[in-house]
Amino acid sequence: MSKELLRVEGLKVHFPIRTGGILIGQYTPLKAVDGVSFTLNEGETLGIVGESGCGKSTLGRAVLQLIKPTDGQVVFMGSELTGVGAEVIRQKRADMQIVFQDPLASLNPRMTVGDIIGEPLTVFFPKMKAEERKEKVRALMAKVGLLPQMINRYPHEFSGGQCQRIGIARAMILNPKLVICDEPVSALDVSIQAQIVNLLMDLQQEFGLSLMFISHDLSVVRHVSHRVMVLYLGKVMEIATRDAIYAAPLHPYTQALISAVPVPDPDIEKNKQRIVLGGDLPSPMNPPSGCVFRTRCPRATDICAQEVPVLEEKAPGHRVACHHWGLPEQKLV
Amino acid sequence: MTAVLEVRDLKVRFATPDGEVSAVNGVSFDVNEGECVGIVGESGSGKSQLFMSVMGLLAKNGRTLGSAKYRGTELVGMPVKALNKIRGDKIAMIFQDSMTGLTPHLRIGKQMTEVLVQHKGMSEADARKRALEMLNLVRIPEAGRRLAQYPHELSGGMRQRIMIAMALLCEPELLIADEPTTALDVTVQAQILDLMADLKTVTKAAIVLITHDLGTVAGLCDKVQVMYGGRFMETGTVQEIFYKPAHPYTAGLLASMPRLTEERQEKLYAIPGQPPNLQRLPKACPFQERCTYVHDRCIDELPVLRQVGDANATLTGHTKACHLVSLQNPVSAPHAPSINVAADEARSA
Repeated sequence: MSKELLRVEGLKVHFPIRTGGILIGQYTPLKAVDGVSFTLNEGETLGIVGESGCGKSTLGRAVLQLIKPTDGQVVFMGSELTGVGAEVIRQKRADMQIVFQDPLASLNPRMTVGDIIGEPLTVFFPKMKAEERKEKVRALMAKVGLLPQMINRYPHEFSGGQCQRIGIARAMILNPKLVICDEPVSALDVSIQAQIVNLLMDLQQEFGLSLMFISHDLSVVRHVSHRVMVLYLGKVMEIATRDAIYAAPLHPYTQALISAVPVPDPDIEKNKQRIVLGGDLPSPMNPPSGCVFRTRCPRATDICAQEVPVLEEKAPGHRVACHHWGLPEQKLV
Repeated sequence: MTAVLEVRDLKVRFATPDGEVSAVNGVSFDVNEGECVGIVGESGSGKSQLFMSVMGLLAKNGRTLGSAKYRGTELVGMPVKALNKIRGDKIAMIFQDSMTGLTPHLRIGKQMTEVLVQHKGMSEADARKRALEMLNLVRIPEAGRRLAQYPHELSGGMRQRIMIAMALLCEPELLIADEPTTALDVTVQAQILDLMADLKTVTKAAIVLITHDLGTVAGLCDKVQVMYGGRFMETGTVQEIFYKPAHPYTAGLLASMPRLTEERQEKLYAIPGQPPNLQRLPKACPFQERCTYVHDRCIDELPVLRQVGDANATLTGHTKACHLVSLQNPVSAPHAPSINVAADEARSA
């Protein structure tokens, strides 16, 4: 459990956005991910939460080198992924996979389920016999809760939850060490969400997988994660163990997020005093000076506009980037 | 209490090349003055189409059977001209996607005043004043400037507020909100929920909240109706539905949600199986294929809504469409197993 699988240091992904210029373009960087550092151990789940535009999906893709990071380091199983050749990364991809949010859009509609799930095998083991490949696909289909006799069907014949099972099977067929789950249950109905969450956790236990679980749903993240990282406008606001994040969050943004979650319990929900943040997310093209959260922060003072708060350890294993960090003044849920 | 909306045995059918799809299969209910009713269901449960048909907004291949009365006036089959006098004025609707709900090429001001000029016969200047008031009510900063802006210039949360403001312009008696916060971020959702809770006390409108999110319903609604396969599975007050669910589907939904307020469990309860195919709905109970308590009667006989606890009592408040006597004591189901998570896992395969 304690062996480090992935280390990310100072990762930055900046997209150049054309902001003017007729003949010679003027570009402003959009800082989607701006200096994110974390580690992930074997068999561990790191939950990554934040609102749209906070860079959580970009971070996932940058770790896999699907998007080339602008700066920073990604070290996976002891070897560096940043700044190495495409072929080296391709070989590493057998050990790191991704499950996407939209279950149907991430499956090729013209391929059979068997071909979709088996494709990584054809890529990495081109000499494997077709029969053997099919056998492996069937075994895995049974494991993720699909009927193996459906191997020759097409994605459109499956429901959303089943399509997500196909996506998970495709990610699992090479027995990877790391699976990045990018909002894997957000597009699914409530009754199907629980099935997929249970499946992911079962697979993790059986194969000792490490998961990066990207989601905006704080209740689901609490259920699956060992540690949780909170992002806002491309920066880490807080990172700690699950219990610390939910029971004793130190960053005002984390506190507002937790308090904003509607709880399916009328007595609690009707009587609770939500921390309601004012305004909207600022544009990542033009982030606020100093602390990026200050424009919506109830604790903001002058220093927040001038100095960028550093992500520092405030309690064992609990790092916070805030000038005015501290426990919430009210009950959150 | 008088009913603003009375729906009786409403059915919605869609003609498709693959045959007829039954989206809503005979639902009856009232929405009373000042009440907030939650309609809960998953995708394909018919919750949105039910109210689209009430508003006369079904797609061309859809048709409505049954009756929906607004203060005694039949809405089903009403000519569009007459219907236009009621919708937008007496009944207003908020849609999930605020970008498609607003006209992209009209300024916010124009879109808002149009409603008042049309329905209330106001002058442009008065309508503008009223529109400004509404924007302030939904807490839009710099309201004056917003009137001159186009929808694409505003953020998602801001657009959703404008939709709410527009819906409230004519002081409707019934406000139908179809997933008003689903497309929004958590912190913006909190703002909108907060706003809606305040509006509930300010306006006297009855509110229908259509959603899949039980958390939103818990905070806003007084009554809840749970839909599955185009039918009501269970109806009751929020207290009854959340604390004493009587239908296996409601109980399953509530159990399958991870909650911030509870001790974290190793395993989530999961309802087995897949949502039903609306073209091939089972003859009897629509939930039979996924129900852990299923027995012979569920496959042969369609359960109708009955009073929870006493099947012979008149229908008031807490009702369910299920043959079971109770979830704790399913005596009418001799073969029924109790909810067993491990067995479900195997079955969902």
